[in-house]
Amino acid sequence: MRYLPKSPAEREKMLADIGAASIDDLFAVIPAEYRLDRDLAVPRQHAESEIIDYFRAAGRKNATNYASFLGAGAYRHYRPVIIDSLVQRGEFLTSYTPYQAEITQGTLQAIFEFQTMIAELTGMDVANASMYDGSTGAAEAVMMAVRVTGRHKAVVASTVHPEYREVLTTYARHQGLPSSLVPYGQETGRVNLEALEAQVTEETAAVLVQSPNFFGVIEDIPAIAQIAHAKGALLIVSIAEAVSLGVVRPPLEADIVSMEAQSFGVALSYGGPFCGVIAAKEQYLRQMPGRLVGQTTDSNGYRGFVLTLATREQHIRREKATSNICTNQALVALMATIFLTVYGKEGIRELAGHNLAKAAYAAKTFAAQPGAKVRFQASPRFHEFVLETQEAPESLSQRLLDGKIVGGVALSRWYPELPNATLWCATEVVTREQIDTAAKVLSAAPVEA
Amino acid sequence: MTNDTTIPQIPAPGPTTTGKVRPHQTQNEALLFEKSSPGKRAYKLPPLDVPPVDPATLLGSEHRKVPGQLPELSEIEIIRHFTRLSTWNYAIDLGMYPLGSCTMKYNPRVNELVARIEGLAEAHPYRPDSLAQGILEVYDLLQRCLLDITGMDAITLQPAAGAHGEFTGILLVRAWHQSQGNPRRRILIPDSAHGTNPATAAICGYTVENLKSNAEGGIDLEALARQVDEETAALMLTNPSTIGVFESQIHKIADILHARGALLYMDGANMNALVGKVRPGDFGVDVMHLNLHKTFSTPHGGGGPGSGPVACKAFLEPFLPIPVLVRNSAPSDPQNLRAPSLHVTSGERVGAPPASPPHPPSVRTDLGFPSFPSVFEQETAERAGSHDSQPGAPGLDSETWESKAPGQLSWDYDRPQSVGRVRAFYGNTGMFIRALAYILANGPDGLRQTTEDAVLNANYIRHGLEDLYELPYKTPSMHEVVFSDKRQAAKGIKTGDIAKRLIDYGFHPYTVSFPLIVHGALMIEPTESESLEELDLFIAAMRSIAKEVEETPELVKSAPHSTRVSRLDEVQAARKPVLRWRPTEE
Repeated sequence: MRYLPKSPAEREKMLADIGAASIDDLFAVIPAEYRLDRDLAVPRQHAESEIIDYFRAAGRKNATNYASFLGAGAYRHYRPVIIDSLVQRGEFLTSYTPYQAEITQGTLQAIFEFQTMIAELTGMDVANASMYDGSTGAAEAVMMAVRVTGRHKAVVASTVHPEYREVLTTYARHQGLPSSLVPYGQETGRVNLEALEAQVTEETAAVLVQSPNFFGVIEDIPAIAQIAHAKGALLIVSIAEAVSLGVVRPPLEADIVSMEAQSFGVALSYGGPFCGVIAAKEQYLRQMPGRLVGQTTDSNGYRGFVLTLATREQHIRREKATSNICTNQALVALMATIFLTVYGKEGIRELAGHNLAKAAYAAKTFAAQPGAKVRFQASPRFHEFVLETQEAPESLSQRLLDGKIVGGVALSRWYPELPNATLWCATEVVTREQIDTAAKVLSAAPVEA
Repeated sequence: MTNDTTIPQIPAPGPTTTGKVRPHQTQNEALLFEKSSPGKRAYKLPPLDVPPVDPATLLGSEHRKVPGQLPELSEIEIIRHFTRLSTWNYAIDLGMYPLGSCTMKYNPRVNELVARIEGLAEAHPYRPDSLAQGILEVYDLLQRCLLDITGMDAITLQPAAGAHGEFTGILLVRAWHQSQGNPRRRILIPDSAHGTNPATAAICGYTVENLKSNAEGGIDLEALARQVDEETAALMLTNPSTIGVFESQIHKIADILHARGALLYMDGANMNALVGKVRPGDFGVDVMHLNLHKTFSTPHGGGGPGSGPVACKAFLEPFLPIPVLVRNSAPSDPQNLRAPSLHVTSGERVGAPPASPPHPPSVRTDLGFPSFPSVFEQETAERAGSHDSQPGAPGLDSETWESKAPGQLSWDYDRPQSVGRVRAFYGNTGMFIRALAYILANGPDGLRQTTEDAVLNANYIRHGLEDLYELPYKTPSMHEVVFSDKRQAAKGIKTGDIAKRLIDYGFHPYTVSFPLIVHGALMIEPTESESLEELDLFIAAMRSIAKEVEETPELVKSAPHSTRVSRLDEVQAARKPVLRWRPTEE
């Protein structure tokens, strides 16, 4: 038991000191019939080397040598080495929520820097210390809008990540918060503005859209904002691909931005832990969920940082809190902060530019293959695009896998009207060679009878 | 709590000062933005191997014209910046971190290594299940381990943290009541509960009814019996409670609830007192969450990420969030992609109940609880059957840990009664890897010893301090002990002051002013990770502070005296919130 710092003799001494005959005395309060008198059925104690062997074997069982064009809310970007060097410092890794400000200034200042960067990138006034992920962040943003407006309906774009929408449905179900779905333009892949206008009413608390949206298309945020604001509703913009902000105009007209910051240096890790964050206009600050770090001074007048506006939170307000969130994604937010510092003002733009170029090349190359075309071709995109093929996605996917390529996600699972459409993503780590290889597989599609 | 010091005021350096106002630069690290200088670089992208594009042309009006004001620094400056910041933090790696209810135990480093193994860390959540079998085996084994540890029948790993687990668990409660015809209106919550409990109940559409603790700080059975009715959906119970006391009447609590058709939810925050010794599933709990970042050693990381798996009894299984992990007996046959049978005896469902404990399980068999599906009896009968204590996890080869069940693991979305999805994808996978590594490192004997040491440590501290600090509840302590500042408050010194003074002795403070049922609470949870030497140092520090309260109270009141910053003005922070850096106006 290598993690336990006591010898048998020390345990005996401690028991004697407290006047207990045996360790069982300390558990005597548990009714005998419930005490477990067998070993837990878990694997035996294992050596560190065995543990590493086990997980390496698991890693190998997950095939690794595939080129991947997967995106759809989880993005593979290069992760600078110093991210893991720094977040593995025990002082960050093994510290708790910074309630004791005097001895957690490191975490507090880093969060303050994170809040600043997120506000800068999104064009919002303030950002919180993080949420669980982009999906729960979007749901919490809608609930925030309900508190701000006192209204109880939401209008949601069908181009928002389908799993985000499902999470919102789960959250809203017991809040008396119905939502309606706005279709997308068949040609544009963007929110259908006329349909949106028809659905937004004086009872709408919030309009929720995503940009770039689930199809990779950038929404017309100013036009959407105008429709929402004309009826007094708030506009919430969900951003699932944070790197887009290096080159895509930020949603300045939004009232609340809910972002998934995974793209900022966070490993895919099969979908988590990721890093949600909510940013907003300053006037909505007191309805924000989650922790906030604020600047102040100490009793000597030195600058310092503290958790602030805690009267919004569950440990003070209990059932009247803005959210039940307690633990957030602090260490992942630190990863994002380091990532953004490494790339900096110019780097994030250059990085986003590479993503734009890779996806533009991939879309053009794939669209040139017989039977393939890029859907929503005329709309502005970041690094994802919808490919329509004559071949069914299942068969295409299998042929790609045979060529050691994981192709785009089939969209029919969420959009039955798009049976032969797949969503492809090309970030900066995808190579031209991989794109060309995938194009060759596409071109070898079996000819339809 | 500000300006209560006699130290003379030193002129404020101001938010943009970057000069040395402290003895050494490491004590005065400016903000990244203040250190930034245009043209510095910490990155280099590889040459673009595709034709370059002009973003302005490609994006038109959607092109970003004004870049975000991110800092521009070199790599060495970034390393130094965050390294310096890190030295301002206290951490488990530096010493005892006795925050009650937070279980600040050692975070093994092998966990960090294995969570970063390429095949696991770089797995995309939408890769085909066939290419994700390695990670799914990790999910499967962790689920099986947690089910045996909790004594429950089914589990979801999705929730991202404890509060998210509570949300998921109460959704299950609600969905089940709904399936019985009435979602019910109220959730009972003891006054000693974590703030997340009432906040969760509210989000799930329930009103919160407060349950007053009895003289021992536990559940008042008579009050409970009076308050539970046909509109009570559940009791949210923390066991051991937040004063570190095991509810010895737990079976009666479950009986009272079940007799009125209400369910027992357990907040598993204090599971570190129970693992390997007693199982919630055996004492009547219907649904509970675990905190992998507490009990199972995944790092707190300055506030997260966490992970809050929810385990439940079989009758709640149909309501679990989608997707649910299933093992297909014959993956080529599409029929087998269907949802697994609710009947937990099928042996195919991942997370199927482990072999039975040798003693009679829950008291619920004689509850006369009409609304439970018959599968409950069936399962009970199963449990009464044979059981051999086996070295490996149930259904696993004890050496390879591979499931003996054939077939591939996959995600099942076809669950018509599910409460829905509670987050995107499947859960905080990185935390699952770490938690499983912890379980493997400990084994059954290590997990039991861990629990025993955690309880031993808390009782050792109690013994070492109970003559100087008021112990409001004399009931036996489990993994944590709660004192009050009653004696010190008489001298004008509050729990918060003692906590700050503890910093000067090299310890992180205990949890201050919680639980609310103890006025001026000092909530101390040492965990198993403290040596006898560290415990003795802590006790000596607390005893010394008690003496200071008598002799030099001002010293305690103005603490800490050894930190980079002194007490911070929280009122100012809240009154005029400065939540981000802004460039100084020229």
